Amino acid sequence: MSHPGRPVWLGKPKPVALALKALALVLISAVVIFPFLVVVSTSLATKQEIDANGGYVVWPTQISFDAYHQIFNGTQVARSIVISVGVTAVGTAFSLFCTVLAAYGLSRRGSLFQRGLLSFVLLTLLFGPGMIPVYLMVKQLGMLNTYWSLIIPGAVSAFNIVIVRGFIQGIPKELFDAARMDGAGEWRILWSVVLPLSKAVIAVVGLFLAVGYWNNYFSPLLYLNDTQMWPLQLVMRTFVLQNNVTSNAAAIPGYVAPPAQSVQMALVAIATLPILLVYPFLTKHMSKGMLTGAIKG
Amino acid sequence: MTVKQALPRALAEGGETRPAQRKTPFLARLWRDAPLLLMVAPAAIVLLLFTYVPLLGSVIAFMDYVPFLGFTGSDWVGWDNFTALFSDPSFWTAVWNTVQITFLQLVLFFPVPILLAVLLNTVALPVAKRFVQSVIYLPHFLSWVIIVALFQQVLGGAGVINRFLITHGLSPFDVMSNPDTFKLLLTTQSIWKDAGWGTIIFLAAIAAIDPALYESSAMDGAGAWRRFWHVTLPGMRPIIVLMLILRLGDALTVGFEQILLQRDAVGPGAAEVLDTFVYYNGVVDGSWGTATAAGLLKGVVSLFLVLAANKIAHRFGEEGVYKR
Repeated sequence: MSHPGRPVWLGKPKPVALALKALALVLISAVVIFPFLVVVSTSLATKQEIDANGGYVVWPTQISFDAYHQIFNGTQVARSIVISVGVTAVGTAFSLFCTVLAAYGLSRRGSLFQRGLLSFVLLTLLFGPGMIPVYLMVKQLGMLNTYWSLIIPGAVSAFNIVIVRGFIQGIPKELFDAARMDGAGEWRILWSVVLPLSKAVIAVVGLFLAVGYWNNYFSPLLYLNDTQMWPLQLVMRTFVLQNNVTSNAAAIPGYVAPPAQSVQMALVAIATLPILLVYPFLTKHMSKGMLTGAIKG
Repeated sequence: MTVKQALPRALAEGGETRPAQRKTPFLARLWRDAPLLLMVAPAAIVLLLFTYVPLLGSVIAFMDYVPFLGFTGSDWVGWDNFTALFSDPSFWTAVWNTVQITFLQLVLFFPVPILLAVLLNTVALPVAKRFVQSVIYLPHFLSWVIIVALFQQVLGGAGVINRFLITHGLSPFDVMSNPDTFKLLLTTQSIWKDAGWGTIIFLAAIAAIDPALYESSAMDGAGAWRRFWHVTLPGMRPIIVLMLILRLGDALTVGFEQILLQRDAVGPGAAEVLDTFVYYNGVVDGSWGTATAAGLLKGVVSLFLVLAANKIAHRFGEEGVYKR
């Protein structure tokens, strides 16, 4: 009996230690998985079952998609989902555009102003401006109450540029020489040599950017006054948290009754779903991509 | 977490080099490298507009800033904003809360990813290891709105735990709206969300340890505990110190989005931290000058903390964030 990853010199594992370790791992996994189970189950449960159980269901006996129907038939949530998808798509595209171009533009040592520009980018890792000056800048530029305020101010991160740039610098020099021999200019080299070879790292950085845009709730809170423009995270905050964490609002006469538990949980499930969809790709590439960019010395 | 490590290396990296740059005249170089400069332009403009210009805009910490009058029209007031800040008890509440939360995170959160990484590293079955890793990395990618909602659902007044307590005849305990336990709640949420993700860097550190060290120490009769103490821990030390320094640099940043979401449930007395203080004073109440002063103070102290922590690391013979 030998485990595949276990060196011979370690000897045989002790059963007690093995059992304890397995128990620890199961417990840790359960602590992470359990809340998701409750959310999905509650979102699919019927009203009677939720009421009978006091607000949540761990394992529904009867599946009902009413909550999801209500969400997609209602205007505000459905609209906020469209807004979130749009902001995420445009934001990720814009961020990637800036990041990849800058990464290639800064990859050539000895090119004009390269050191100065690189320092200009890297210094932003050490300090950032406070919230108020950035807010006033966004206001000054007339971007308040526009979707650009969610996209442009945080679009460029020096960290992402460093990761992509590091990858580009790992491309063999001969490929650049050959392309230049054939008369290719910088744009041509970027398009035909660098981009095809950097697909993996661009995909990873893009996914991380997309997750960031999707999850962002503070920028819209700060920059968008019009609730009609709110993305999913903010709408979810209003529906799920503010009716719950500060529950006294529900006691006010004339207050619109908060959505049922299952609708709230369906909202959480919908907000989580895109993350779960891209998660396999993230886990596949992140240890490789992120570690080589960030840790390997 | 890994952001600042990229800095020292990036300047020293290899790649393609422009040959014989000294001999080429400036205009020829400009002509040759114009496409590269054009490529950097979009990113540089964004950074200029939303990092460097606002950095200069921090001067409104020394102004009685009135949005209507703008930067040029508002009056200079010297250190008045700072004086007002220091005599404001709610500012000191925010400072004290921030320090408490940082301390809790340092004591309760910081060791968790290290221990988790050590535990994961001893899992010999690749399938089990990969499964647990996939599970514990996941919460890192969820928004704070979702995390708080999940906690609400499990620990809230009508949540799973309290239902269980009630149906078993015990008194319910709503941690989601209890000011006394709020800081522990924050730390628990942070651990749930990011402890798993934090193991990545420590797992990499363990993986970099020479297996021959384990083998020879095992030959010399060292048990699992001594191998951990004399091989694993010393091997991880540089990374642990590095992470500690980075954490110290962020000592005054304690989960702004997370706290903002839950501040109303427990009140500002327990939940106000420096970042929320800046937000409520500046954006909500319009005290632009004082809020910016608080933000600027935070930035300066944070920078000082990184430099100080790095100096200490050097004294202990560690490499730190940058080299001497």
